[in-house]
Amino acid sequence: MNVQAWTFVMVGISFALYIGVAIWSKAKSTGDFYVAGSNVHPIVNGMATAADWMSAASFISMAGLIAFMGRDGSVYLLGWTGGYVLLALLLAPYLRKFGKYTVPDFVGDRYYSQLARIVAVVCAIFVSFTYVAGQMRGVGIVFSRFLNVNIDVGVFIGMGIVFFYAVLGGMKGITYTQVAQYCVLIFAYLVPAIFISILITDNVIPQMGLVAKVADGSGMYLLDRLNGLNEELGFNRYTDGTKSTIDVFFITAALMLGTAGLPHVIIRFYTVRKASEARISAGWALLFIAILYTTAPAVAVFARTNLLKTVRVEQNGEMMDVKYEEVPEWFKNWEATGLIKFEDRNGDGAIQYRGPKSDVPNELTIDRDIIVLANPEIAKLPNWIVGLVAAGGLAAALSTAAGLLLVISTAIAHDLLKGALVPELSERQELGAARIAAGIAVCIAGYFGMDPPGFVGQVVAFAFGLAASSFFPAIVMGIFSKRMNKAGAVSGMIVGITFTAAYIVYFKFINPAHNTPAHWWWGISPEGIGTLGMVLNFIVSIAVSALTPPPPAEVQALVEDIRVP
Amino acid sequence: MKTSDSNRAYWRKNLQYLAILLGIWFVTSFLCSIVFVEQLDRLQLGGYRIGFYFAQQASIWIFVELIFVYAMLMNRLDKKYRATEDSEGETQP
Repeated sequence: MNVQAWTFVMVGISFALYIGVAIWSKAKSTGDFYVAGSNVHPIVNGMATAADWMSAASFISMAGLIAFMGRDGSVYLLGWTGGYVLLALLLAPYLRKFGKYTVPDFVGDRYYSQLARIVAVVCAIFVSFTYVAGQMRGVGIVFSRFLNVNIDVGVFIGMGIVFFYAVLGGMKGITYTQVAQYCVLIFAYLVPAIFISILITDNVIPQMGLVAKVADGSGMYLLDRLNGLNEELGFNRYTDGTKSTIDVFFITAALMLGTAGLPHVIIRFYTVRKASEARISAGWALLFIAILYTTAPAVAVFARTNLLKTVRVEQNGEMMDVKYEEVPEWFKNWEATGLIKFEDRNGDGAIQYRGPKSDVPNELTIDRDIIVLANPEIAKLPNWIVGLVAAGGLAAALSTAAGLLLVISTAIAHDLLKGALVPELSERQELGAARIAAGIAVCIAGYFGMDPPGFVGQVVAFAFGLAASSFFPAIVMGIFSKRMNKAGAVSGMIVGITFTAAYIVYFKFINPAHNTPAHWWWGISPEGIGTLGMVLNFIVSIAVSALTPPPPAEVQALVEDIRVP
Repeated sequence: MKTSDSNRAYWRKNLQYLAILLGIWFVTSFLCSIVFVEQLDRLQLGGYRIGFYFAQQASIWIFVELIFVYAMLMNRLDKKYRATEDSEGETQP
């Protein structure tokens, strides 16, 4: 069978599985719809959280990003895992003990303010839409490359599937489909990684292959070999970084703090029975995430090595640039999608792939997204594995999209309608409103997926920076400081968000030409500025709350109550 | 009154655990993997460059362990706390 037939089989089987699970786990009450009745087993919740967290970006783009960034890729590896430590130690158990459904619920009650609740709702909706647009796009790309359908048709099919199980099953349906999706995506990620690890280093475990010797009898370590190849073509050594230490520090911190403040992650910890289960569940979630996140740097090294060996071939004992007519088939397949571009500037018919330090001009541009998707083809693995990778990419994108859509529908039906605008809503009406909101959100997300506004890629920095500079300090102070009051929290959030947003907007939209280390404050890029925004938030909220009266006694009692088991 | 004392002791112990575990978290992720990565990279054991290995592998596994250790410590603390809290015996909803 060819690649396309295998892809249809793999994607078809996995979709049938998700629909089956969704029908089996239909939501009957608002409790089911928002938090799966709060009786999900901690390991099951951990797996669902992992699938929810790992998006198309983790599955498709991350290894590619690392392959091109080398050591600097650790900002994503650390940033998107380290936040779980903060979540498990500082947030999840207390929010679970608090016991309502959402982050805006907590912010509204703890700071006894409708305004704070509404600000939190708006942030939650904004962050979630930013995120979900990228997921639908990922679905479209996988469909168009592997199934040869139009991107729009791909997005439409993805919308249909998500609509079915998110609207019908709510959190309950989403939780159990995410478990299935985790299994699909982790299997699809590991199988090619293991095969390639064996091919390159004779090691079955990719994480061991990363630090092993190359299996060609040369006795060289893989990382040394890759450093050598990189330097030969004028790139930086793979194990060296190019970003400044302070920037790496701030970006990593912003991603960690943002992770801990993202509403679609936090909401998952309301689905377990009690606070102690929320703690252990975060551990399981991170373990399941770590399996992929420690494989990704290995995949990045294998793929980069294979890629450089494709463009540099040995002829009569000498290393030469490969001739265009001699490139393997995968090269031309991906060239057709526009994700690989070759321009023969010097007209010699050979592909000069060169880095910034080389005198020879570079003739090859490679999109980072193809590293994972093309990896099985580059390593000449069997066709069924290529189909499996497509199904895995779809699982990653759909599971994250569903989790985000749930946050949006909960924010609208529960926090905005029931919590603020129409408190007299009955449970059945609220459930209906949540379903309608989920349906509308699917359509908007689909529209963004088909016709992405140019700023989508840019605003991802927003999502993390915003969560880091607003939610994280407000929630942490709400738990760890009894003294923190409404005036302090609200002014802290406003200062944190305004500062972070202003810095990002200035460098990304108003004056992109100045978006270079020389113009950044203390060398901190817009991606890392959320960390500084968070520090400002803490300073302002502590100062303002010290100057204003303490919160009412019942709020202090609430804080006492969530601290004990 | 008694309850509030034992609550306070419980909370203090919790804060102690947090300080130690978050200290380890900070050292592995920010010091070993970022600030001192170049110095650590000079140490090379076989295929392992220590700084690079911390930044792309070891830190992640340490994060996982930190959470499980905290969950275990707190479960133990919860049990001890409940034992001194003889009355009520109420469980979580």
